Order: sequence, then C-alpha cells, then structure tokens
Amino acid sequence: MLSNKQLLEKYLRHDKKFPHLWCPGCGNGTILHAILLAIDAIGLKKDEIAMISGIGCSGRTPVYVDFNTLHTTHGRAVAFATGLKLAKPSLHVIVVMGDGDASAIGGNHLIHACRRNIDMTAIIYNNSIYGMTGGQYSPTTPYHAKATTATHGNIERPFDLAELVKTAGATFVARSTTYHVRQLTNLIEKALLHKGFSVVEVITHCPTTFGRRNKMPDPVTMVKWEKEIAVPIEKAKNMKPEELEGKITTGILVEKELPEYCEQYEEIIRQRMKKAKRGTKK
Amino acid sequence: MKERVEIRLAGTGGQGLITAGIILAEAAILDGKNVVQSQSYGPEARGGASKAEVIISDREIYYPKTSNPDILLAMSQEACNKYFNDLKPGGILIVDSTFITNVPSSSAYQIPITKMTIEKLKKPVFANIVALGILCEITKIVTRKSLTKAVLERVPEAFIEQNKKALQLGFRLAKKELKNRKEPEEFTADE
Amino acid sequence: MPSKKNNYKLMQGNEAVAQGAIDGGVRFFAGYPITPATEIAEILSNKLPEVGGKFIQMEDEIGSIAAIIGASIGGVKSLTATSGPGFSLMQENIGFACIAEIPIVIVNVMRGGPSTGLPTSPSQGDVMQARWGTHGDHPIIVLSASNVYQAYLLTIKAINFSEKYRNPVILLLDEVVAHMRARVLLPKKDEIEVLERIKPTVPPEWYVPYENNLTGVPPMAAFGDGYRYHVTGLVHDEKGFPTSKPDEVERGLRRIFEKIEKGFHEICMVKYHYLEDADFCIVAYGSVVLSSLSAIEELRKEGIKVGLLELNTLFPFPRFAFDKVLNFGIKGFLVPEMNLGQIYREVVRVTERKVPVKKFNKIYGELITPDEIIKEIKKF
Repeated sequence: MLSNKQLLEKYLRHDKKFPHLWCPGCGNGTILHAILLAIDAIGLKKDEIAMISGIGCSGRTPVYVDFNTLHTTHGRAVAFATGLKLAKPSLHVIVVMGDGDASAIGGNHLIHACRRNIDMTAIIYNNSIYGMTGGQYSPTTPYHAKATTATHGNIERPFDLAELVKTAGATFVARSTTYHVRQLTNLIEKALLHKGFSVVEVITHCPTTFGRRNKMPDPVTMVKWEKEIAVPIEKAKNMKPEELEGKITTGILVEKELPEYCEQYEEIIRQRMKKAKRGTKK
Repeated sequence: MKERVEIRLAGTGGQGLITAGIILAEAAILDGKNVVQSQSYGPEARGGASKAEVIISDREIYYPKTSNPDILLAMSQEACNKYFNDLKPGGILIVDSTFITNVPSSSAYQIPITKMTIEKLKKPVFANIVALGILCEITKIVTRKSLTKAVLERVPEAFIEQNKKALQLGFRLAKKELKNRKEPEEFTADE
Repeated sequence: MPSKKNNYKLMQGNEAVAQGAIDGGVRFFAGYPITPATEIAEILSNKLPEVGGKFIQMEDEIGSIAAIIGASIGGVKSLTATSGPGFSLMQENIGFACIAEIPIVIVNVMRGGPSTGLPTSPSQGDVMQARWGTHGDHPIIVLSASNVYQAYLLTIKAINFSEKYRNPVILLLDEVVAHMRARVLLPKKDEIEVLERIKPTVPPEWYVPYENNLTGVPPMAAFGDGYRYHVTGLVHDEKGFPTSKPDEVERGLRRIFEKIEKGFHEICMVKYHYLEDADFCIVAYGSVVLSSLSAIEELRKEGIKVGLLELNTLFPFPRFAFDKVLNFGIKGFLVPEMNLGQIYREVVRVTERKVPVKKFNKIYGELITPDEIIKEIKKF
C-alpha cells in the first residue's frame, strides 16, 4: 500500500488547485482518501477513470484528482455519466454526489440509473444538510433537526438513501461512515469491481453547518456520533426494530448480478449491424 | 394535369387515413409527380377526428396545406359535414355511405366502403385501401399501376394478398358506381 | 431529371432530421417522448444500432441533454430532439454546453405554447427562447428549416457547426415542417460535407484544453484518450480549472463569443428569392417560407413585385443580408410569423426602420396562408 504522501503525489492535481475549499474538520477529504485507496488497491489506470460530480461541496471533489473529470450541474451528474459511459464503455465511471444533489434535485436521475443497471459507481456523501449554501435542510436531514430553513426543527421525514436505491434496483448497495475508514475503503473497492450500478452511501459530517445547529459543534463529536449510530448489517439482522431506532445499518446491503446496460446494448448493436449487412447484400 | 390538385381524406382516428394519404403520395411519386402530404389529428390514438391531405402537381409545391380541396374523401358523417363546404366548386366528393347517411350533394359518389370491406374481406381494417382503389378509379389522380406498387411496398408481407384484394374491390366498386352514373336511364337486370 | 426519378423518396420532416443525424455522423441520441418531435427518437432508436450508434430514452429532457453532453465528452457526436416543454427543461444544460464548449445539437420542433399549449399545432413561439433561454450571456447558433429537404441538410449543418465551433446548435422546426411529407432526392454520400471536431495533437502534458488559438476554438480531447483534464460549468481558466480572477474570467467569456463572431458569415445562411427587382420583401423562416413563396407566385401574376428573404440561420442574426436587400431598393418589409413578432423586432433593429417594417402574426396554431400574406402585401 502506498503511503499517504505517495498516494497524494500519484493521484492529486498539483497545479494551482490547493488549498482545497472544504472546511476544517470536513468529512469529504476522508471520503476522497478512501476512494483513492480503493482505486490504487484495484490498480485502475488514471486515464481510464472518469470522475463526475454535481454541485455542492462534494461537487468539488473531481477538480483535485488527476483523472478525466467532469463537474456538471446540480443533480445531473448521473445523467451526464450515463451518456459518457454509453459513448465510452471502457471508462470506469465514478459519480460523486451530495445528499441534496443525489436525492432532491437529482433524485429522478438516480433512481432511473439504478433501474437501468448501467455499470458505474455512485458515491453519495451524505452529510444531512446543504453545506455549500450554508445549512439548509436536505432530504436526509433527520426529523426535528435544525437547519437555516428549519429553525423550528425539520418536520419532513428523511430518506434512507441506501433503502431508496435498493428499492430502485441498484445491484450493489453499501453503506459506511467517515469514522469507519477501512470498511469504507473496502466497500468502495467492492463497488468499483461490481458489474452494474453500484451505490455507496457514506455518512459524513458537516460540523460547520449541521453540527453547530444540532448540538455537535465539533468534528470529533460528529465522528463519535457516526460511530454510535452504525450497526453492521450482520448484527442488525438479529436486532429488533425498536433497537434499530435512530441507527443506520452498514456493510454490503445488496449484491446481485443482473444484465448490465452497456453489454446488453452492445449485443443489440452486434445483431442489428449483422442484420443490416445482410440486408444490403440482398 | 392541372398545376396543383388537392386531395383531402377525412374521417376518424383509426380508419387508416393517414396511411392512405402516405400511400397515395408515394403512388404519385412513382408516377413522376411532385407531392406533399400532411395531416392533422387529435390527441387520441383512436377515435377523434383525423385528416390527411395530399397535394399533387407537376410543378414545385410550396404551401403544404389544402384550403379548398379538389377531391374530398369523407369516411365519417362528422368529417363530411365539417369539410364539405371547403370543397372547390365542381370538386369530387366520395363518401363512405356505411357511416354517411346525410349526404350534402347529389353529385357525391356514395359507396358503402366499410360495409363492403367487411363483407368481402372480413375485416374493416382494409377499408382505407379499398377507399384508395375507389379514389384512383374515379379521379385518375394516380395510375393503378403506381398505386398497386405503393400499397404493396408499404404493407407487411403477410398482408399482401389481402391488400391486393382490397384494391381490386375498390376498383370494382368504383367502376360499378361510374357505370351507374354514366347510364342512369338504362336498367340492367343482370347486376 | 427522369433518370433520378426512382431515387425520389417520400419523407417526413422528422424523418429527414433522423436521416440527417445519421449521415452527419451522430452516433448517440438521448431523448424523451414528446409531440410533435417523437418520430425523431423512434426512428433513431431503430436506426442507430445499425450503424453502431446508441439510443437511450432518459427519464426526462434534463437527463436527455445531460446524457448527450456526457456522450459528446466521450468523443461521440450527439443529438437530442424535443418540443416546447422539453426544450424549457433543457435550458439549464444548454448553458453548461456553452461554457464548457461541448458540441451538441438540440432539435426543437415548435408547437403552440406557453406551457403544454397546443401540442399538435405549429408555432414559432420558441425563437427568442432558443436565443436567450438559458441564463447568462452566452453564444448560440440557431438554425431554422423551411422544408423537408432542408430539415435534412440543416441537421447536418447543425452537427458540423457544433463540432467546428464547439458550441451547442439549436435547430428549429415547426410542427408543419416536422410532420409534412414531401418528395425529396437526398444528395449522395460523397456530396455531403461532414466535419469532425479538431482533436489535440500535442502530448497530454502540453494540452491546454481551453487555450486561445487563432480560431478561438481549442482542440477537444475525448475522455479516455489519454488527456486527463477538467470540464466544469464554472467559469474556468485556460486549463479548465475554476477561476474568479477578473482577467481570466473576461478572457475566457469573451473568447466563446468571438469564436462565433469569427464564423459569422459561414454560420449565417439566408436565401434571396425574387429580390433583384422587388419592391417589397417578405422576411420568413420555417413553414411560413412555403406560404410566402406561394403568395409571391400569385402576387407576381398580378404584377406586384415581391421577393422573399428566407432565414435559415436565426442567430447570430444575419444582419448583412438586410443591407443587401435594402440595396435592391426595397420599399418595405413584411415579417409574417406564427408568434407575436419575435423576428420582427430583430428586423426593426437591424434595418433601423430605413423603410417601413410590418408584421403579420398568427398564434392560434394554424399555418399562415398565402392569401393572408397577399392581403398584407397589398396593404403597403
């Protein structure tokens, strides 16, 4: 395994992109680290990786990494990625999104990508808040939590993102947190190797805009919170629903094999081109 | 031929009139004519009003719509009522008397197109092709040869025979109608 | 002529667009069903695989345009087709393609609006939306097809312009042109000019993805070709990285306008009909061109000398054509449109009312008739 220094030198862009814009104590750097470790462990070539993002703090991830990188519009990353993957199936496509990005403005694109089972990996940075715009409630903000647009406490019930994508048909779904870095790296690695649409939900922390308003004003408290609420899926299976109240399950939640979109389409092309060729011979 | 002949085929959605318009236009191309075909329809896939228009000319055709058609084929009472007044003075009106009981003109060609189609071909879906055969025979706007070729190129292989029969039925029905008109006084007992 | 007779085809406007897309080299289409543009998607879903291309029906038009931008970044010529409501949804990412300089073609078949409007009826109500629909100052190319044959040719032109200038190109059809069928004789394959985008030839470490060169159009590498670079909707520097430094912002934004300016005369396509001796000039685009030509035939029979300036490019607005027409000694312009005067205002702007400019507008979902134009001309 590469040392941190080696990892940074190998995968980060060094021309004028640093310091990065994430706040001190932000979890995004931890996620990026895990992604790079996973990529390195598999040995993917930088030329063959396309990293695509939407808008928000997560959206800034691609600019720092030395891959083919595409920073799209808010919520649309998966749709851009779909076109790119179909145009160039040899690319390893990694989509990074925030919780608002993926499940509010981009929710429709996300569920349909799950349904199509197109071979790419979506990594959702779930920090329960819109961070870049200053702390408005998102579709994953917990019930009764506070936000700048919910100073009285949130009265909307949050999405369970992993459950959402599972129901929408993703063929690989995993969840971890920025506390469980080893597990997270391992899950991203498995997701990247999975053939089909894979999703890794990462519970991360935004002390600046979420923690401060919700009695977790510093990064350490927030990471401890992540540690406390995480229950490995194996353990959760033997727990009662009331015991799981307020917890999240972690690990591989879904792993199944189904026909992959690009491969199916390539087969259609093979058949249609053969048929068209025969047609012209006549 | 005249500079510009405008034909309107009107009825209800599902009668295959847009397909008929396309086939008629293709036949005109086979005859070496210039042609433009257009249509209008309601939002429904079936039912509702449907209208196809074909303009045939030896010259360049610009304006693609027909405002005063030379030929009107009406396959529903509603279409007949709606479009009869647009017909050019001296224009040709052909109506499907299966559906049109209230005929606005005594000079109209009244043929029970759909009824005869069901009787002879068992299915109403060929009524549009029968109508084309009739239109061709009465108006001579396209040649029989080109129309036959256009029909057979359009339809799936499995239905070629039935479409041929439909065309023939159309030609026959028209001939009979024309004969009745030319010699209205004479009574022929052997029909 | 008779020898070509057998090659004539009856073709619908939308079908001509689909065929033009294939012949112009489009190998990726993403779209969403919408009247009156759906035929384009239906035909391409069937035909693209035959030539090794791909089709995808996305979840909405936002996803459709996003997907074609993604595919274009992957190095594949890409197109989408839609109508009013879908075109509205696409506006967001038209801006993205402008600033990131991604070649894409959007075909918008205009139906009556606003909102759901008149789904099966023609209109020309989206002209200014095509120019200014996405937010912010942005360069755009907007073409307009007047008949079926042109729908074919202009689709290929739109693809060529998008590739050459690295800019989205919008091709406007109206429902009349999209749905009418006409006899056409398509050019032979070797008679069609098909342009490919310029790719970088320098080694990757020398590649400056948004550099300013003489043409103003930087070469474009496809993702996966070994040139790892950054594409963003943020204002960026020459390397593609976000910047808010005033000089870099100014330089970058000016360049994307200037590249279109440099191609102004190539991009602006017009046709002059019967104008040399004309007293009056009709300015028309789309299916109204057809009504105008029929009107002119009738008017000239009566000895009224009328000509037509047919606009095949709407934006950048072909202002030079108006100078030329004015030099013919025109006494007045008539601008008939199926909107309330969107191009009329452009005509007033560029002619500075040196001669009277009149408009004739129809917004109830029917094509302007030759008779209506004749009546208006006689009012001069």
